[in-house]
Amino acid sequence: MAKAMVLDTSKCIACRACQVACKQWNKLDAVSTTFDGTYDNPPTFRGAYCRVTFHETEAQGKHTWLFTKRQCMHCHDAACRTVCPTGAIYRTDFDATHIDPRRCIGCNYCAANCPFDIIWYDHKTNTARKCTFCVDRVTSGQQPACVKTCPAGAIAFGEREDMVSQAKQRVNILARSGYPKAQVYGLRELGGTSALYVLIDEPEAFGLLTEPSLPLTAQVWGTIFKPLRVLAVAALALGLLGNYRHTRDLQPGRPGSE
Amino acid sequence: MKNSDAVLIIGANAAENHPMSFKWITHAMEHRGAKLIVVDPRFTRTAAKAHVYARLRPGTDIAFIGGIINYLLERDLVHKEYLLAYTNAAHIISDKYSFNDGLFSGYNASKRAYDRSSLAYEADAQGVPKRDHTLTHPRCVYQLLKAHFGRYDLDTVSRITGCPASDLVAVAEAFGATARPELVGSICYAMGTTQHTVGTQNVRAYAILQLLLGNIGRPGGGLNAMRGESNVQGSTDMALLFHLIPGYMRGPAPGQETLTDYLKAITPVAKDPDSVNFWKNSPKFAISLLKAWFGKAATPETDYCYSYLPKPPGNCSHIALFEAMLAGKIKGLIALGQNPAVGGPNAEKERKALDRLDWMVAVDLWETDTSVFWKRPGVDPKDIRTEVFLLPAASSIEKEGSVSNSGRWVQWRYKAVNPPGEAKSDLEILNLLYKAVRKLYASSTAVKDKPILDLTWDYGPGHEPNPHLVMQEINGRNLTTGKLLDSFAQLTDTGTTACGNWIISGVYTEAGNMAARREVADPTGLGLFTRWSWCWPLNRRILYNRCNLDAQGRPWDPSRTAISWNPVTRAWTALDVPDFVWRTPAGDVPPEKSGKSPYIMNPDGVASLFVNELRPNYGLSDGPFPEHYEPFESPVRNLMSSTEFNPATVIWPGELATKATAADYPLVATTYRVTEHWQAGAMTRNLPWLAELMPEMFVEVSHELAKERGIANGDTVELVSTRGTCLAKVCVTSRFKPFAIDGKTTHVIGMPWHYGFNGYVTGGPDKRQAYAANQLTAHIGDANTTIPEYKAFLCDLRKVK
Repeated sequence: MAKAMVLDTSKCIACRACQVACKQWNKLDAVSTTFDGTYDNPPTFRGAYCRVTFHETEAQGKHTWLFTKRQCMHCHDAACRTVCPTGAIYRTDFDATHIDPRRCIGCNYCAANCPFDIIWYDHKTNTARKCTFCVDRVTSGQQPACVKTCPAGAIAFGEREDMVSQAKQRVNILARSGYPKAQVYGLRELGGTSALYVLIDEPEAFGLLTEPSLPLTAQVWGTIFKPLRVLAVAALALGLLGNYRHTRDLQPGRPGSE
Repeated sequence: MKNSDAVLIIGANAAENHPMSFKWITHAMEHRGAKLIVVDPRFTRTAAKAHVYARLRPGTDIAFIGGIINYLLERDLVHKEYLLAYTNAAHIISDKYSFNDGLFSGYNASKRAYDRSSLAYEADAQGVPKRDHTLTHPRCVYQLLKAHFGRYDLDTVSRITGCPASDLVAVAEAFGATARPELVGSICYAMGTTQHTVGTQNVRAYAILQLLLGNIGRPGGGLNAMRGESNVQGSTDMALLFHLIPGYMRGPAPGQETLTDYLKAITPVAKDPDSVNFWKNSPKFAISLLKAWFGKAATPETDYCYSYLPKPPGNCSHIALFEAMLAGKIKGLIALGQNPAVGGPNAEKERKALDRLDWMVAVDLWETDTSVFWKRPGVDPKDIRTEVFLLPAASSIEKEGSVSNSGRWVQWRYKAVNPPGEAKSDLEILNLLYKAVRKLYASSTAVKDKPILDLTWDYGPGHEPNPHLVMQEINGRNLTTGKLLDSFAQLTDTGTTACGNWIISGVYTEAGNMAARREVADPTGLGLFTRWSWCWPLNRRILYNRCNLDAQGRPWDPSRTAISWNPVTRAWTALDVPDFVWRTPAGDVPPEKSGKSPYIMNPDGVASLFVNELRPNYGLSDGPFPEHYEPFESPVRNLMSSTEFNPATVIWPGELATKATAADYPLVATTYRVTEHWQAGAMTRNLPWLAELMPEMFVEVSHELAKERGIANGDTVELVSTRGTCLAKVCVTSRFKPFAIDGKTTHVIGMPWHYGFNGYVTGGPDKRQAYAANQLTAHIGDANTTIPEYKAFLCDLRKVK
């Protein structure tokens, strides 16, 4: 059954318990960071599956500070899945987009094509890494670690149908109580995403793309080359030997936080 | 909290520091349409969720709330019926009372203390306080209150606090809406309120506001202290504070040579026939406590071993203890789960106090900054002679026992795993320590050693003490039958009962451990969960709940009550434990009777807008009304009077010399916690996953100050006060704004106080530095509690190349 997650920005208090619970469950090491004038940390997704981002603005003397948990959107039209030359990225039966580490060859094409800059390259395992939607927990009947830990009740997880109606209902309430720009994000973006957002402002205020689309390279790859995947993999393997040093340094860019 | 119509968070940051409570505030906003009002010097993660946000300069809460009180009184936006019936608004104060230039009558400047006799009620020939229910008598509390706060007009308050008058009005209107009897508002406060030289009076100001609006004793109401540690409520109940013994009884003082002297001093007398005056039972509580402590040795012949209790002269607070260490008067220290080398005010002064000890024992989960004070930056370990021991402690999931939350629920917890290595629970450590000490004194016949030898210590035969036996001792027993007590109502003053803490009596009865109950039924829908754990006193979930009903026993809001009176059957229905005399063997007591004494702990039976002298256990050191004084260190003169800072606060020798002036130190600074770290940081700076979130000491400054000083985001600056310096990274943010204080631009900066010099992260890259914000703060505290003034002081900053 299709599952989805609703991330309610009106309730998120940016405590970042989700970030910690995620690292704990997924056995991700802490990274060494510095304080660089913002609460966002770690500064990129490198080493993390989710991050809370802070967005501070001031307009007409009114201050706003928006928080949102960013993570893999689990797009239904997923660029990463389209470009993956080995078929390591697949859609699970509950609509998570998952990277099979055994089939991943670490080419990093998925990371380079992710419209949300979520995927990172792990030097230790030579694989691409990102949020798994806690596939191991969900398949054993549990909620993802971030949902379970959220003290604010800002993350919900369940059947997509229920999540969609819950998100719409919440937006209706918010629109009537001081948030005229309240909206659901992820209903139609990239074929719909399994991570849905209840936003209290426009998507760009949270660093989210207004009209996310598949990058041109992904479209080309998907329509022309994918049928020739086997040949492409062989060619790619040769090519990779040459550009390994180059590609491994490809970093996911920092999403547009403050 | 979920039952509130409006929540005012002031001096607290619930979203960051009490996220579990904030869940219920979110619930109230989502389901009741509650308004969230946040008042804070900076725009916090809590402010980000607020409907109304107002900023104030640190240390000006009394002026701010005084302005709101005045605004509401001027417009009569008060819950008049509540005010008349349940507060001392109508009481008439002695004609000896006066207030002049910031000082109340009875002030003694050389002692920096008040003689409180002029604060008495005017009484009739029988001693019953006189009242004027028309509230027109010039000396009735209501008129005195009006006159006192009438001085806090919006313009003056705005000049003091830096909060624009329009924002003050927005707060007053939003929260003042709960003056309507059917609406309820809650105030949440924490250390932003209390850590001032006027901390207690800050809370008093909030209390007066809540009483004017009729918001105490009601579901969704109250003046809620957000406790900063999981069991700080429990430790306070068990008399962590230096001036108390368990159950909120004031401890013995010099001059109280016999038990009779002591009981006379702590037992209030009420001449008003309507008053319940529950503290009249103090002798039962105190004698049963002595029986619990000293068992068979506590008899009428030995004066129940009262003479064993210490009678410390004066202030023995944290600051006083460290001053005494520094003066060489205290030779040893057990730092049990505390880290004063980071958390203490004027931290370097406190570290130097540790240098002077003969020995120190640190008991903690980690090697804290305090446990390694002898190798801190800037000192040579060879120069320090203190012998230091570090005992590894068990964490909360590695031991069994109870934890009391901010709502007074005593909740039993079980051990999930064994502690690692040689780590032991606090209880086991204290058990071993006491047994070892006792052995040293075993053969002594000296009178001075009797308190050690006569102490009851009976927590099981094993190596590990049994926490259930501890809880049973706290609950109390009937010494004749040997049975556990059902409640403190069974306590006697004749030595036939023993009870370790009267307020908690009933937690562990013959029926079992009530704190371990886990039933989730909530028949009222108010979230009382009366069969989940146990709540002191008597499992009463809402204190002063008589005030949720009018004089005739009708709830102000019928949809929010656990208790109601049926005038037809003349009987009470109670789904919570009534906090008033409601049922006697003769039958149910009509509400008119209890409506005259709804605040049963106060000798006058009503809530105190004005704190008179009748408060043996809760007396104040400073004035009967809150009055604005500047913090110890302030950028401006006091606009309300020529009394600069709290005239009743204790000043230790030498501290006045550190008082900075704005000419040299122009920035107002405040400290706080972030959600990612906990207290002095030992528990969180050592956890890599938390450390990566907030890895370094930082200081938040406004764009305006950054421009003025030529500093940018991510720069390193040196913060300087008269007491020390501290390096920090700069966070330039519009969450801080300059204030216009009395027409002059005043910058406020803020910093977390979690960092130090030891651990996985210390606060910065330089191992030769200590990064504790408290290296800047002053060794001065509140006039009543001596809680240090961490939240407002002067400093300056310099860019580091």
